[in-house]
Amino acid sequence: MASVPVTRRGRFQDFSWVDFIINALRVIIILLVIVGSANTLLSGRFTFEQWVSLFVAGLAQGSIYALIALGYTLVYGILLMINFAHGEVFMSGALTTVFLAQAFARSGFLDAQPLLAIIILIIFAGLVSMSVALLLERLAYRPLRGAPRLVPLITAIGASFFLQYTFRGLFGSQFRSYPAVQALTGSLEIGSISIPIVQPVVFIAALLLMAGLYWLVERTKLGKAMRAVSENKEVSRLMGIDIDQIIMFTFAIGGALAGAAGVINGLFRPQGVNFFMGFVPGIKAFTAAVLGGIGNIRGAMLGGLFLGVIEAVGPNLVFNGLGIPGSNQLKDVIAFTMLVLVLIFRPQGLLGERLTEKKA
Amino acid sequence: MIERQTSMALLEVNNIHAYYGNIHALKGLTFHVEQGEIVTLIGSNGAGKTTTLRAITSLMHPREGTIMFEGKDITHTPANNLPAQGVAMVPEGRGVFAKLTVEENLEMGAYYRNDKDGIREDLEKAYDLFPRLRERRLQVAGTLSGGEQQMLATARALMARPRLLLLDEPSMGLAPVLVETVFDTIERINKEGMTVLLVEQNALLALEVAHRGYVLQTGEIVLADSAAALKQNPEVQKKYLGME
Repeated sequence: MASVPVTRRGRFQDFSWVDFIINALRVIIILLVIVGSANTLLSGRFTFEQWVSLFVAGLAQGSIYALIALGYTLVYGILLMINFAHGEVFMSGALTTVFLAQAFARSGFLDAQPLLAIIILIIFAGLVSMSVALLLERLAYRPLRGAPRLVPLITAIGASFFLQYTFRGLFGSQFRSYPAVQALTGSLEIGSISIPIVQPVVFIAALLLMAGLYWLVERTKLGKAMRAVSENKEVSRLMGIDIDQIIMFTFAIGGALAGAAGVINGLFRPQGVNFFMGFVPGIKAFTAAVLGGIGNIRGAMLGGLFLGVIEAVGPNLVFNGLGIPGSNQLKDVIAFTMLVLVLIFRPQGLLGERLTEKKA
Repeated sequence: MIERQTSMALLEVNNIHAYYGNIHALKGLTFHVEQGEIVTLIGSNGAGKTTTLRAITSLMHPREGTIMFEGKDITHTPANNLPAQGVAMVPEGRGVFAKLTVEENLEMGAYYRNDKDGIREDLEKAYDLFPRLRERRLQVAGTLSGGEQQMLATARALMARPRLLLLDEPSMGLAPVLVETVFDTIERINKEGMTVLLVEQNALLALEVAHRGYVLQTGEIVLADSAAALKQNPEVQKKYLGME
């Protein structure tokens, strides 16, 4: 600012209405959050046990967001493109695998060997979603490599509809439920806190998958090549790295994680899956990826968990204290408000770096 | 070094024409590099030096002409297949992967190779050649100084076990003391048998280490001679060595 040459109107140019409104907004939001939280906590409407169980439920939901968010962030890291059809990649695995899960349940295999059955389901869904992601890359995105950045973005939205209605055509539009797994139905009692077993199981399964991804990206040759390509494609080619191969690999991993998330989600939320199920989690996961800093792997993990917890705890904590009725149904408001706030106040995300010349 | 009795040069560039849009950047360049030589391309900014290297590495495709390496036509070999063919490049501005560690950068240099033991061995060689890199092997490359990054980029290119090393402006942005070391290293690598094609704006230094040189001017070779002769050439002295 100081380097701007002072003109006759210089004094007025320093004052920006946009900055003023944004700062006012910042103050208002902080006040609302403080007042709301204080009100709720002081009123004692919720017990400590309730907060803990909300928090754990949030972690479980958040770990599913994190798995999907990784797909967005990995692809962005390599191609600087938001794959808006990623929610449908998630859906394709979850929806296809529901039939296998029901078959496992009918045959009794699911309850006889729950761990093995769930692992098979996760692998199957991972393979389905991986195939869909690879086809998407090959047929929809690769021909547009080098086109202006808006073009693949619009294509992604088109591909998203295409996948939704293809799966509607294949499997109909009715909801299908993942069978309940006997071993996951109980609750864990810690003191006076009661936590459904499925929640920590979901969380741990997601953590294992994320640890696997982290190992892949940090330790393996392909992972290192991925990071190299995301920094500099031209030099990567000079090193002998086949860029197309790395891009396919990236879509494949993102797809596999999304498919796995689909099964985990099915076990966690038995209300059923259908062709449209990918839309909201897709956008939420995108929010999580932006929240953590798009392109940043640790950011996507953290962003997902953070969003899940905020969504679970936030409505009761803030909205309830402000006297807004039906606050526990407002978690989507929290999620998307977070997206808007992050985009305004910290566009690079929690762990992201500022978008410099390279990305811009 | 094995003396090979052959009439053909290691690298033969025949009459290449390259364009950036409508701009005719290379106008029928022909030159060659013999096994064991250091050959330098000198010329002012925009003469086509970097473009020539980009054409050799297929980062851009010449519209006409051929590039032969060890008798094989590599004009249309994709850039990512060249390390396996024996051509490695130290790109302009070094191009180290800033977020990868020094060692990971070196591993990327050996990307096409699958011989784990050989790679291990070459890592040790690289660290012997540049002890500074050994000290910093677990540091991310973005934290290295310019000189260290130049060492890293050179070592990384050598990890491909190339038979031809392309160097694009190795002195760029380095302090004079460091430039000396960089050129000492180039001479040392060459003495051990590496053939080097060196593109350099600092013509004085380039002609000091090189055996032969070509002078480029707006996409054409205007002079070709031994480095010693070029240094004595009044035209070159005036235009590129800053002597009157």
